[in-house]
Amino acid sequence: MPNDLLNMDCKQLREQIAAGKVKSVEATQAVFKSIEKNDSKIGAYISTFKEQALAKAKEIDDKIAAGESVGFLAGVPVAVKDNMCTTFGATTCASKILENFHAPYNATVVEKLLAADAVIIGKTNMDEFAMGSSTENSGLKKTVNPWDASRVPGGSSGGSTAAVAGRLCFAALGSDTGGSIRQPASFCGVVGLKPTYGRVSRYGLVAFGSSLDQIGPVTHTVTDAALMMNVIAGHDVADSTSVDEQNAPVCDYLENIDKPIEKLKIAVVPEFNAGADEPVQKALSDAIEVYKKLGAEIVEVHMPHWDYAIAAYYMIATAEASSNLARYDGVHYGHRTDNPGDYVEVYTKSRAEGFGKEVKRRIMLGTYALSSGYYDAYYLKSLKVRNLIRGDFTSAFEKCDCVITPVAPTTAFKAGEKTDDPLKMYLSDIYTISANLAGIPGISVPCGFDENNLPIGLQILAPAFAEDKLLRIARMFEKQTDWHTNRATID
Amino acid sequence: MTSDISYKVIVGLEIHVQLCTQTKMFCGCALQFGAQPNSRVCPVCLGMPGVLPVMNKHAYEYSVLVGLALNCKVAGFTKWDRKSYYYPDLPKNYQISQYDLPLSENGFIEIPLESGETKRIRITRAHLEEDAGKNLHTAGNFSQVDLNRTGTPLLEIVTEPDMSSGAEVKALAVELQRMVRYLGVSEADMQKGHMRFEPNINLVITKGGKEHKTAIVEVKNLNSFRALERSVDYEVQRQLDEFIDSGKVMEMGNKSTRGWDDDKQMTVLQRVKEEAHDYRYFPDPDLLPVELDDAWLEQIKSQLCELPIKKQIRYVSEYKLSDYDAGVLTADRSTAEFFEEAVKAGGDPKRVCNLITQVGLKLANEAGCGIAELSLTAENMSELAKMIDDGQVSASAGNTILEQMTKTDKAAQVIAEELNLIQKSDAGELEGIVEKVLAENPKAVEDVKSGGKKSKKAQGFLLGQVIQKTKGQANPKVVSEILSKKLS
Amino acid sequence: MSEKIDQAQVKKVAMLSRLDLTDSEVAEFTTQLSAILEYVEKMNTLDTENVQPLAHCLPITNCFRDDVVKESLGTEKVLANAPQRDEEFFKVPKILDDNSGA
Ligand SMILES: [Mg+2]
Ligand SMILES: [Zn+2]
Repeated sequence: MPNDLLNMDCKQLREQIAAGKVKSVEATQAVFKSIEKNDSKIGAYISTFKEQALAKAKEIDDKIAAGESVGFLAGVPVAVKDNMCTTFGATTCASKILENFHAPYNATVVEKLLAADAVIIGKTNMDEFAMGSSTENSGLKKTVNPWDASRVPGGSSGGSTAAVAGRLCFAALGSDTGGSIRQPASFCGVVGLKPTYGRVSRYGLVAFGSSLDQIGPVTHTVTDAALMMNVIAGHDVADSTSVDEQNAPVCDYLENIDKPIEKLKIAVVPEFNAGADEPVQKALSDAIEVYKKLGAEIVEVHMPHWDYAIAAYYMIATAEASSNLARYDGVHYGHRTDNPGDYVEVYTKSRAEGFGKEVKRRIMLGTYALSSGYYDAYYLKSLKVRNLIRGDFTSAFEKCDCVITPVAPTTAFKAGEKTDDPLKMYLSDIYTISANLAGIPGISVPCGFDENNLPIGLQILAPAFAEDKLLRIARMFEKQTDWHTNRATID
Repeated sequence: MTSDISYKVIVGLEIHVQLCTQTKMFCGCALQFGAQPNSRVCPVCLGMPGVLPVMNKHAYEYSVLVGLALNCKVAGFTKWDRKSYYYPDLPKNYQISQYDLPLSENGFIEIPLESGETKRIRITRAHLEEDAGKNLHTAGNFSQVDLNRTGTPLLEIVTEPDMSSGAEVKALAVELQRMVRYLGVSEADMQKGHMRFEPNINLVITKGGKEHKTAIVEVKNLNSFRALERSVDYEVQRQLDEFIDSGKVMEMGNKSTRGWDDDKQMTVLQRVKEEAHDYRYFPDPDLLPVELDDAWLEQIKSQLCELPIKKQIRYVSEYKLSDYDAGVLTADRSTAEFFEEAVKAGGDPKRVCNLITQVGLKLANEAGCGIAELSLTAENMSELAKMIDDGQVSASAGNTILEQMTKTDKAAQVIAEELNLIQKSDAGELEGIVEKVLAENPKAVEDVKSGGKKSKKAQGFLLGQVIQKTKGQANPKVVSEILSKKLS
Repeated sequence: MSEKIDQAQVKKVAMLSRLDLTDSEVAEFTTQLSAILEYVEKMNTLDTENVQPLAHCLPITNCFRDDVVKESLGTEKVLANAPQRDEEFFKVPKILDDNSGA
């Protein structure tokens, strides 16, 4: 019975809870049982809040029993990545520098989850400050891929995707700066959506690359992603970069989720396929066949500047990060070195002790890109390239409803395989990064397995603020396939 | 030895003006001077992980208003940049400021010179930025940090190096203070750090037909107009002496920073060469650019008022007031507006001016408020001025009446009657008294009529006698006329 | 092969970043940052002469807040995460220079 319960998706669970057929307390207990049994192996969570979660679950059950109205996610156990501020527990960003940091406020998305009566059960592991593609850069713990414990879950939202794939929650929030939701979703065989920049409030999301970061859902199904979007999307007065209702109204993403897009035109980018591993290429062509059968027209588009995306991305993201992370200095909060010689050493030593190597490397890179004499050649040049990349998408979307690509060139790689060569690690973000540079939404949906039974994701990219369409296109595929019903088995 | 030396003083100013918005620039914390340390701080101004800034609309509009008053070209498009440097009073370790697209540029301000003329000082730019907090070093062998001030909106104004003396620098400072107070955008209290001036001073010395430039010195820690003026004058002398002693001149970039020591009345070297500052400016990705369209600009423009220096000049030409009086009346906006209202209500400008400057301001000062806050209406004031000019009351009685007017809300006429201060001006009634006095003082009458040396004095004596007989209530002007008629 | 960035530059950038790096970190970063910068310079093959820089993708401007007071945290909450405090202040080692840049 509890196992069946854990096999439900969010939508089923919330309907069962609302109907009084399943108690939120049961669901929450089942999740904690699963965590207690498996998370020592998976390592998805940095912190969990069992008591608080059960109390909340009970409160929801009582409300439902009393016939009171409840929120959209009433009683559903969910997890959030540990770079979203919460007044409960610590908010660490998987960094030693924030290991004991307790935020005095909740991120807007956390407030929204709470307002929707979700049960927040814990905070998930990640690459430190979201800098990485494997979750191996966590300063606090290791997370493995629930499909194969010798492999990485992807990153940086590897904790969130592993928690969903490992049945340690029903849905989770991640954040995506260059693919950090989509790539680990692909590696873990779950659905991951990066919304349009400005669609979901960033207030309370610890910034990595402010012009690129976006919070999104990690779920078992496309329908659940739509459901989560109904909870988290929308304008926030606390975030100047969140788009208001006038400029881009939020819609009910669930309402039409099962309605196929008529006369669907899907674009592929021929030059991409060569770069991906054979099983990934194969899964992509199979996916195209699925859409063809659904009546979609397949067109080809070219992305002449795609090849420069990684270069531009790593300059822009690190430049912004070097500034965003300047605040971790051991003065007002966070780790402070013991016995600094002077106040400057409070900075230099606290930061040296608190940050991991990848974070230091990116701060150095970004500082260099902004420094006097190099700004034009590196930072400014990157902003111009960014404009060209956005232009590529603008032209592409004149010819199609969406673009489909692989999510990553490979399936989940072995732990330690790429840690020695940062550039090699960066290059694996090739398919996801452009969406962040252009600010457009993208989703990863399960579309196959390789010879090692490792999941493969299909990336669908749509124009800005077309999440509704994007979700419906993804749902069309999901309905025709059963890849998403496969379950990782951790034993 | 120094006889063949001449020099020109070159001073430019960097000024930071704290805007008097209700809240900080990017968060809702209240601006409050002297609050408990670290009590006016929220996650945003504390620079906590995950926070985002949202721009205060008033701060932007106030800045545009000052830009307009400074005759600047106000940008239709402006954006925010991050300026990076590490300091404990700057929690994010970057300051949100404006770099390449400031909200206003290329203006000027007119400053009054002692000669009575004005001088135009060019304004390079004025941009908006956030203030840092405060580091305190008085507690012991460590420093304390208070973030209450962090995030206060600051307008940074940079002038061209157009000033050539301490007096001119002070004149600009006073003028700017008067201006921002007129506009209602800053309390502009130097002691409270609402206005911070950093002069950049150097000299162009001509010696033996050759020009030499001394190195630029920036002076900090100036918290009064007096200190500002003196520090400039001190620097001029010091740089001149240094040149004469050592022949030292400017080299590439060898700007130094000196602090003003108010006790010793001298500048003290703080830093010889700026530590290679690399502020790594870049556009703040958390904030959107601002576009100012014509309608909005017009709306802000409508909040402009006649600026103090213009008023002062107009008072001299239009109302024939002295420059000194015009300066006193325009020192603050509410006084000037009260004056103008009273004049508009019919009061003679000079008479109203005297009432305000000789009595009104003193009373306001005693009450600890502005003249407009006393229980005086401009109508009552103009009525009083007219009564004095019509001879209904004497000038000194007028002062008494004014004082009473601030204590009650009675009209001038009512008070004058209650206090029996109305002068007798009825010629018929006064003629009888004059005749009586003439009859009682034949000697004086003779003296007047003789037209000799004693004539004037005797006429004054007779006038005094008449006034005395009426217990001071006779209108001296009317009495004089009757006397002259009778004695001619 | 000439490196894109040398150890002296890496040390300078480390100081700008307020990171106290060990010698081996300096050496490692010199090699790695050089390789990354070498890669990044592929952008130079693109002609961007007439391209506007794109700082972010939003189609919007003018986001403002009304000038209305909101409650602050209060001193105790402000200092709750402070590594060191002295009464109502954050405490740091004595600051001897004036490095403020406002
Ligand atoms: Mg400044
Ligand atoms: Zn605040």
